[in-house]
Amino acid sequence: MNKKTNLILITLGIVVLSIIPNCKKGAATATLASDAASRVYVAPGEKDEVYAFLSGGFSGQMSVYGIPSARLFKIIPVFSVFPENGYGFDEETKDMLKTTHGYVPWDDSHHVEASMTDGKQDGRWMFLNANNTPRLARIDLKSFETKEILEIPNTAGNHASPFATENTEYLMAATRFSVPVPQASVPIDSFSKGGFKGTVTMVKVDKNTGRLSIELQVLVPGFDYDLSHCGKKKSHDWCFFSSYNSEQAHKMLEVGASKKDKDFILAFNWVRAKECKDQGKAYNFGGEYVNNFREENKPAVSTKLSGVKMLNPKDCPGMMYYMPTPKSPHGTDVDSTGEYIVGGGKLASVIPVHSFSKMIEVKDKKEHHSTEIDGIPVLKYESTLAGEVQKPCLGPLHTEFDGQGYAYTSCFVSSEVVKWKLGTWEVVQHLPAYYSVGHLSIVGGSSTEPYGKYLIAMNKITKDRFLPVGMELPQSAQLYDISSGKAELLSDFPTVGEPHYSQMIPAKLIMDKTAKLYPLEENKHPYATKTENEAKIVKLGSTTHIYMTAIRSHFKPDIIEARTGETLYFHVTNLEQDYDIPHGFAIGGAPNMTNLLIMPGETRTFKWVAPKPGVYPFYCTDFCSALHQEMQQYIRVSP
Amino acid sequence: MKGLLFQSLSKKNRLLILGVGLILVAVYVIPIWSISISAPQYPEGLGMHIWISKITGATPYDLKNINLLNHYIGMQEIVSESIPELLFMPYVLGYLIFGALITGLYPKVGMAILGIINLIIVGIVGLADFWRWEYNYGHNLNPDAPIIVEGMAYQPPLLGCKEMLNITACSYPSYGGIILGLSLIVLVYILWDEKQRKKSNVV
Repeated sequence: MNKKTNLILITLGIVVLSIIPNCKKGAATATLASDAASRVYVAPGEKDEVYAFLSGGFSGQMSVYGIPSARLFKIIPVFSVFPENGYGFDEETKDMLKTTHGYVPWDDSHHVEASMTDGKQDGRWMFLNANNTPRLARIDLKSFETKEILEIPNTAGNHASPFATENTEYLMAATRFSVPVPQASVPIDSFSKGGFKGTVTMVKVDKNTGRLSIELQVLVPGFDYDLSHCGKKKSHDWCFFSSYNSEQAHKMLEVGASKKDKDFILAFNWVRAKECKDQGKAYNFGGEYVNNFREENKPAVSTKLSGVKMLNPKDCPGMMYYMPTPKSPHGTDVDSTGEYIVGGGKLASVIPVHSFSKMIEVKDKKEHHSTEIDGIPVLKYESTLAGEVQKPCLGPLHTEFDGQGYAYTSCFVSSEVVKWKLGTWEVVQHLPAYYSVGHLSIVGGSSTEPYGKYLIAMNKITKDRFLPVGMELPQSAQLYDISSGKAELLSDFPTVGEPHYSQMIPAKLIMDKTAKLYPLEENKHPYATKTENEAKIVKLGSTTHIYMTAIRSHFKPDIIEARTGETLYFHVTNLEQDYDIPHGFAIGGAPNMTNLLIMPGETRTFKWVAPKPGVYPFYCTDFCSALHQEMQQYIRVSP
Repeated sequence: MKGLLFQSLSKKNRLLILGVGLILVAVYVIPIWSISISAPQYPEGLGMHIWISKITGATPYDLKNINLLNHYIGMQEIVSESIPELLFMPYVLGYLIFGALITGLYPKVGMAILGIINLIIVGIVGLADFWRWEYNYGHNLNPDAPIIVEGMAYQPPLLGCKEMLNITACSYPSYGGIILGLSLIVLVYILWDEKQRKKSNVV
């Protein structure tokens, strides 16, 4: 360690020590509601009040919980294969995981975004990012299934994604890892010389179908863009991206990227960007990417696309501004009125809050600019500052709003959530979190009308909270009641995968719209078999298509003959038209394939290459009826 | 008595009979009878409607699901096509409506009495026939059925509720049946009213 690093660490140590006494005081004001158990108890047969959609972090999935009970309802596979229902394995869904890198059956999913209309959650879709292999997914909230995945070209680490504009006109996706754009083998140290770039991508969402397409990319300086949130009401036209490593360090980032006192929040006027594109200021740029779309009850269609429209900030004045923000900001959160943009400086001792109106007032006045980076004016810190929350905690990350004038910020280092008042910037409550909280989420907390009753904190560490289960302890989240003046801890609950971020939606927005079955008469799957009489086996050379039906409690056809090496496609249609009666389908010893879970009226296909001679059983895996165990048959494979 | 038979209906009663004929038209488009089924695995219930010309589920999928449940005990599949009565029932209803129209043109008390007799016959024959179908469905079970409970029959009730295995089946007239019943009551009222009128005329 060199002298300089030592100095930094010592300084940091002093800062840390000077803040700790304040935070200790916070722990003392924490309360565990005495009647917490009754407030999270949802009696048998009763329904929860809220749906919580939690991203799966490194599990690549999304999970659905009921709040306040914290009961797990479902795991929705998005970027990761899911043996339970064949997602990513069967002929219908395997193309969902196609990318320009080939089949990528895993990802790192950080941020869930809810579709909105007029800034309010509309319960239509959820969106999820894939950080590792840049992608963005749309999950339909009628079927709770992943319907579309769009790869983002010219980017690496799709982290500041997918954040929606007020009417879900666009989803924003920005680079976490700046890279050479276009990709090239260049010396890594050219990063420090500006050789690496980032991109901000505007993904258009069709307002009726939800279909995703890339509208435009903006080439931005090679920082690490971390998070984003879009404006509301008066700030409707704008999205804000936090960035770190404005130092453009390329090694030992924990030191190199923490040198400057301030990094930036990038203010991006997407309406202006679209305008510049329409004026022809964007140029054709390369970039291969894949769009995978799965229509209701049909096989996914994977389309390879090429090229985007690229825009340079200097060609579109008024589109982008940097707002200096201390220090390595993570969260950049816009309050429900659209006025305040709260930065979460991971290493900062204050929570800086920018004023949107001030920004608009000063953005084009030279005296408020300190410099310019690649055509993007850098505004002076004080010029846009609305206020600072002084010494709130250690490691403020992310803020959400309750709609009552209060903000809640998660603090990673001091493991707490701080409640503070917008306008006075005073901390009113410290809530301990167990432990190392990352994001937090309030019901409707990133919309213009927070429902504001519950808050969950999503934690990274759970030492001593649950029964130990080996070295990897449960991932967890904590539930707080924020409906009264004083927020109260209600419960903590283990989660699937790393609960990175979440969107919580009042149940009434979704529960009555969920689909119960696929009507058979509307089944347009090319291999659908709509009645048992149509069940058949069609041999085409060494390939055999089995049009199979499943209904309580049998398959048809039920005896199948094949020869070693023959390729068999089992197109299984579930003939049931009854809510909650899926049938499963699995073949003994089938390699490269797991299980199918076929919804009522749905058709799914299982590819199987007949192995060595023998008799192989197949059976229904989902307990469907009193005679479920009898729902089994055989395939004979002859030499 | 003879006098009453040929007594002309009052204007009010004549209109009432035409009203009965008119409202009977609705029976073509609404179910006559409903059987509802509930079981632990069907908290939302399943239902079956009997119309003048068809049998349907209460939702587009209920009949299919009732048949799926029934197949375990070896009950024949319930389909409209297997019940020939449904082919001529619309004509019977047509006859009743026609009768009401004729009565409008030839408004005699005797016609109302004929209507009462017709409705009672239709009612008794209809219910007897319904009972016979229920009996056959409930008793003529496939000997190869997966579930056979010794001595168990699955005849649904003609009227009221009955428990069979884990299923509670309830059978009640639906709107169409209620209209038929009301028609009968109206006709009986007309008869009573005409009788009163005759008495007061004599006096």
